[in-house]
Amino acid sequence: MSNEAATATTAAEAAPAPEPIPHGLGVALPAADARAKTEGTFPYAADLWAEGLLWAAVLRSPHAHARIVSIDTSHAREMPGVRAVVTHEDVPGSPRCGRGKPDRPVFASEVVRHHGEPIAAVAADHPDTARMAAAAVIVEYEVLDPVTDPEQAFEAEPLHPDGNLIRHIPLSHGDPGAAGEIVVEGQYRIGRQDPAPIGAEAGLAVPRPDGGVELYLASTDPHADRDTAAACYGLPPEQVKIVVTGVPGATADREDQGFQVPLGLLALQTGCPVKLTATREESFLGHTHRHPTLLRYRHHADAEGKLVKVEAQILLDAGAYADTSSDALAAAVAFACGPYVVPNAFIEGWAVRTNNPPSGHVRGEGAMQVCAAYEAQMDKLAKKLGIDPAELRLRNVMATGDVLPTGQTVTCPAPVAELLQAVRDFPLPPLPKDTPEDEWLLPGGPEGAGEPGAVRRGVGYGLGMVHMLGAEGADEVSTATVKVQDGVATVLCAAVETGQGFTTLARQIVQETLGIDEVHVAPVDTDQPTAGAGCRGRHTWVSGGAVERAAKMVRTQLLQPLAHKFGMSTELLQITDGKITSYDGVLSTTVTEAMDGKELWATAQCRPHPTEPLNESGQGDAFVGMAFCAIRAVVDVDIELGSVRVVELALAQDVGRVLNPAQLSARIEAGVTQGVGIALTENLRTARGLIRHPDLTGYSLPTALDAPDIRIVKLVEERDVVAPFGAKAASAVPVVTSPAAIASAVRAATGRPVNRLPIRPQAAVVTAQ
Amino acid sequence: MGQREGVAGLTTHAPQAAQAVTLPTTLDEAVAALAATPAAVPVAGGTDLMAAVNSGQLRPAALVGLGRISEIRGWQYQDGHALLGAGLTHARMGRPDFAALIPALAASARAAGPPQIRNAGTLGGNIASAAPTGDALPVLAALEATLIIAGPGGARREIPVSHLLAGMEMLRAGELIGFVRVPLLHAPQVFLKATGRTGPGRSMASVALVLDPARRGVRCAVGAIAPLPLRPLDAEQWVARLIDWDNNRAIVPEALNAFGEYVAVACIPDPGPAEDGSVAQHPPAVLHLRRTVAALARRALGRALS
Repeated sequence: MSNEAATATTAAEAAPAPEPIPHGLGVALPAADARAKTEGTFPYAADLWAEGLLWAAVLRSPHAHARIVSIDTSHAREMPGVRAVVTHEDVPGSPRCGRGKPDRPVFASEVVRHHGEPIAAVAADHPDTARMAAAAVIVEYEVLDPVTDPEQAFEAEPLHPDGNLIRHIPLSHGDPGAAGEIVVEGQYRIGRQDPAPIGAEAGLAVPRPDGGVELYLASTDPHADRDTAAACYGLPPEQVKIVVTGVPGATADREDQGFQVPLGLLALQTGCPVKLTATREESFLGHTHRHPTLLRYRHHADAEGKLVKVEAQILLDAGAYADTSSDALAAAVAFACGPYVVPNAFIEGWAVRTNNPPSGHVRGEGAMQVCAAYEAQMDKLAKKLGIDPAELRLRNVMATGDVLPTGQTVTCPAPVAELLQAVRDFPLPPLPKDTPEDEWLLPGGPEGAGEPGAVRRGVGYGLGMVHMLGAEGADEVSTATVKVQDGVATVLCAAVETGQGFTTLARQIVQETLGIDEVHVAPVDTDQPTAGAGCRGRHTWVSGGAVERAAKMVRTQLLQPLAHKFGMSTELLQITDGKITSYDGVLSTTVTEAMDGKELWATAQCRPHPTEPLNESGQGDAFVGMAFCAIRAVVDVDIELGSVRVVELALAQDVGRVLNPAQLSARIEAGVTQGVGIALTENLRTARGLIRHPDLTGYSLPTALDAPDIRIVKLVEERDVVAPFGAKAASAVPVVTSPAAIASAVRAATGRPVNRLPIRPQAAVVTAQ
Repeated sequence: MGQREGVAGLTTHAPQAAQAVTLPTTLDEAVAALAATPAAVPVAGGTDLMAAVNSGQLRPAALVGLGRISEIRGWQYQDGHALLGAGLTHARMGRPDFAALIPALAASARAAGPPQIRNAGTLGGNIASAAPTGDALPVLAALEATLIIAGPGGARREIPVSHLLAGMEMLRAGELIGFVRVPLLHAPQVFLKATGRTGPGRSMASVALVLDPARRGVRCAVGAIAPLPLRPLDAEQWVARLIDWDNNRAIVPEALNAFGEYVAVACIPDPGPAEDGSVAQHPPAVLHLRRTVAALARRALGRALS
C-alpha cells in the first residue's frame, strides 16, 4: 500500500494544482470548521441543549485519603428541584470504571483515595440547585493519613485491593559488569502537568425509549468509553451510544469517566436529558495528569564520550488509580536512554499508587520525563569531559538499525544525527544589544523588572523520541467507510477530530485518491465501527490508512466498468480534478458521468503489524514505530531574579512525509509551547494530596508572550515504509523534547544543575560567591 | 428512587429577572442607589467581581454599575496634587500622558495583567479588592495617596489609602471610593514587578519607589509579599541621606546594594530565635523571595537615580 501511496504523490508533486483551492495530500488545505471555530459558532459539548433537560453536579471528596463512615442523601433529595441523587448503591452494573485498567470505583463507597474522587451525583432543574444539593449530601469521613510520597508507597499499607505497585519493569540489556572511565550521576524530578484543555469537561445524556442512553461527549476514545459506561449501567453495549461532540482541546485522554458514567446514570434514573458542564476547578480535580516522576541516573562513558552503560531508576507517581500508567512506564523504561546507542542498559521502573491526583495519558507520557533526565545527564557528561554538548550527542546518536535497550531494532528512519546537525548549524538569534533598548523583551516580560546587566544567555540541546500508536500488543485497528454519490464523497470513520486535523487529512486523502474535491467527514458516534483512541498519532496512521484503502476500493468500483469497456486495467486510468483520463488520452470523461447516478460504498480496515509486550527483563518488540526530534533552545536568564525567557526554539523533526504543511507546523508549535509550560511554569501543586490552586490563575499556562520564536529548521521527509503515506506522528515528540532543551539552555546560562522541572526561579539564580 | 418533585414552581435559584442593575451617571446617584438597596454590590470593571459571580461564589441581589459615571473616569489638578477618578482604567493610566504625570502608577497599570484586564479593571477596583497582588497598591502606598470617599447626602471624607488597606478605617455602608488624591512630585518614579514568567502574571513581589526632591525624601513600598504593601521607613530615611540631592542626585554604587538588602531584611526579617535558643533559617523559597525583593529595590533605586 505504501508503494502505491508513494507513486500517487510523485504524480501530485510533479503537477502542481492549477486551481486556487488546494486539494490532495501535501498541501495546506484549511480545516473545514476553522471559520466556525474562530467565529465562536462551532458547537462544543457545553453548548448542547435538550428540551426539559436537568443539570447534574458531582460531589467530590475534599480529602485525599479517608474512610467513608456514612453517606446521607436524604437532605439533598428533599431539596425542591432535585430529581435524583445517586451514589455507589445506585450503580446497577460494574461498580468500577477507568481507562487502561478498571480499578476506579464509579462512586467511592468505603474509602476515598484522592482529592476530587466522585462520591455522589445529583440531577436537578438548575445547575445551582444541583450544586447545592450535591453539597447537601452529608458524608461522614474518618480522615486517614495520605500517602503522597511515591517512595513511601512501597512500604505503605495497600491503598487499594490491587496493591500499591501498579507495574514494575526491571529492564536488563547487555553486560551488567561493563563500566566506563567517566561516570556521571544525577537525580531529577518532574512536576505534575495538567492537560488543562481550553474547554472544560461537559456532556449531555439523553435516555432512549428502549431503556438505553445516548451520551453526547467530547470523548477521544468513544468506543472504550461506551463499553465502560455500558458495563457500569449493566446494559449491553448496543444500548449505550456515545455521540462525539466538538472537542475543545485534547492533549490527553479527554473527559473524566468520573462524570461520564454518573451523567448517563442520572438520565436513566430520571428519564430526562441531563447535562453537566464542569467548572474549571472540577476539571482540574477530575481528569488525569502527567505522571510526576523521580529519576536517578548513572551514565558510564569512555574517554571519547561514547556511552558504555546507562543505569537508571524511574519512579512514576500514578496517583490513586492505575489508568494508563502501565503504558507510560513502558515508554519511560524503553526510551530511558534516549535516541543514543547504549550497549548496556539496566533500567528499573516502577509505577506506584499514592493518594495524589491520578495520572494518565498526556501526550509524550513517560518519554517526556526521561528525556529531561537523560539530556541533563548528557550535559553533565559533556561538562565533565570538556566536550561541546552537541558534539557529545553526535558521537552517540542512534540511526536506523541500532538497537533499543528493549532489544527492539529500530527499523524505521532514525535520522537523529541529521536533525541535530540541522539545529546546531542554524544561525543563532541576534543578541538584544544589536537592537534598540526599548524593543528588548527581557525575562520578566514587558514592564517587568528585567535588567540587561543581569541577563545571561544560554544555548542548550534536546534530542527526544516517542513511539507511535499503542504498544505492547495493543490491537491498533481502525475502520473507515467512503461513500460517493452525486460527485460528493463522504467519509465515515470513528476517529475523533481532537484538533489534530484528522478530518482535514481524511478529506485530503479522498481528494488525492478519487479526484473529488467535495469531501465531507461525518460526525462520530459509536454506531460506527471502532477507530480507537486519538493519541500517539494513531489516526494519521491507522484511520488515515483505512480511509485510503476504502477510497481506493471505491476508485476500483468506479473505474472497473470503464476499464473493462476499453480493455485496459484500472491502473492505466487517472482521476484528476473530477475527470477520468486514460494514460493515452483516448478516454476522457468526468467522474459524475462515470458514476451514472450510482452510489458507491466501500469499507476498509487498517491494522499495523503486531507488537509484543515487554517481558520480565524489559525485552520485546513493543513498538510499531518511533519519531525523533532535535531542539536547540536559546534562553535569557535574569540571574538575580531567576526569571527565564525562552528566546527561540529551533527544531528539526523526523516527520516521514508532510501531508499538510500548515497543520504540521501548527501541531509542532503547539507541542513545543506545551513543553515550554512543563519547563517553566506548569505544575499542579498539592499539599498532603490536596490540589492547592485548581484554577488557571494558580496554574500558569504559557501565554503568547511566554511562547518563544519557534523555528522549524528542517523536516526530514524520509518515508516510513510501514506507515500509510510514510508519515510519522508529529504532535508528541516536540512536547517530549522542548522541556529538556530549555533546561539544558538554562544550565548553560547559569551553570546551575537544573534537575527539577518546572524550573523554579530559585534554581536559576546565580548568587555571588 | 429519588424522583421527588419540588413544590410546584419553586426552585432554589432566584430567577435572573430579579437581579436589578442600576446604572447611575453621577457619584451621588450611585451612592443614593446603594443606600436605596443595601444588598446591592457596586461594580466597576468587574474583573474580580464577575469572576466570583461566574464561579458561583457570589450571587449579588442587585448591582450598581459605575461604568457610566463620567466624573470618575478622568483626573483633575488640585493644588499640587492630581485627583484621579476611581473609574480610571489600567489601560487609560498606562498611556503616555498619564505616565508623564505619575510614572510609577502608569508602570504598574501597564503591568497589571493582559490587555483584556487592563481595559476593564479600574484604579478604584484595585483598591476596593485590596488583593495582596494588586499592582497599584504599593505605588499608592509609596505616594502616600489619600482616598476621597463619597457618602450619602453628598458627604465627602478623606482617608489615607494605607488606613483602608490596613483595616484601620473601613468603607461604611453606602460609601464609594470616588477619587484618589496623589501628590505630583515631578521626579523619577519606578515600579518593578517580579512574576517568574514572561507573560502577564500575578506578582511574586513588587517594589514601588518614588523620589520627593522637595522634601529630599525617598519613599518605597513592597507589594505582594504581605497582605498589604510594606513601607521600609528606616531604609528610606537612611538612603535619602546618602543621596547628593544638589549634585544630580548622585549616590555611591555600594549604597544601592545596601539599600536593597536593607529593604529586603526589613520586609522579610530573620526568624527570631526559638524558645530553645536555636536560630532557625528561612526555607529556600522565602530566601529567594528576600533576594528578589533586594534585587528589585536595588534596581528601582538605581533606575530612579540614573
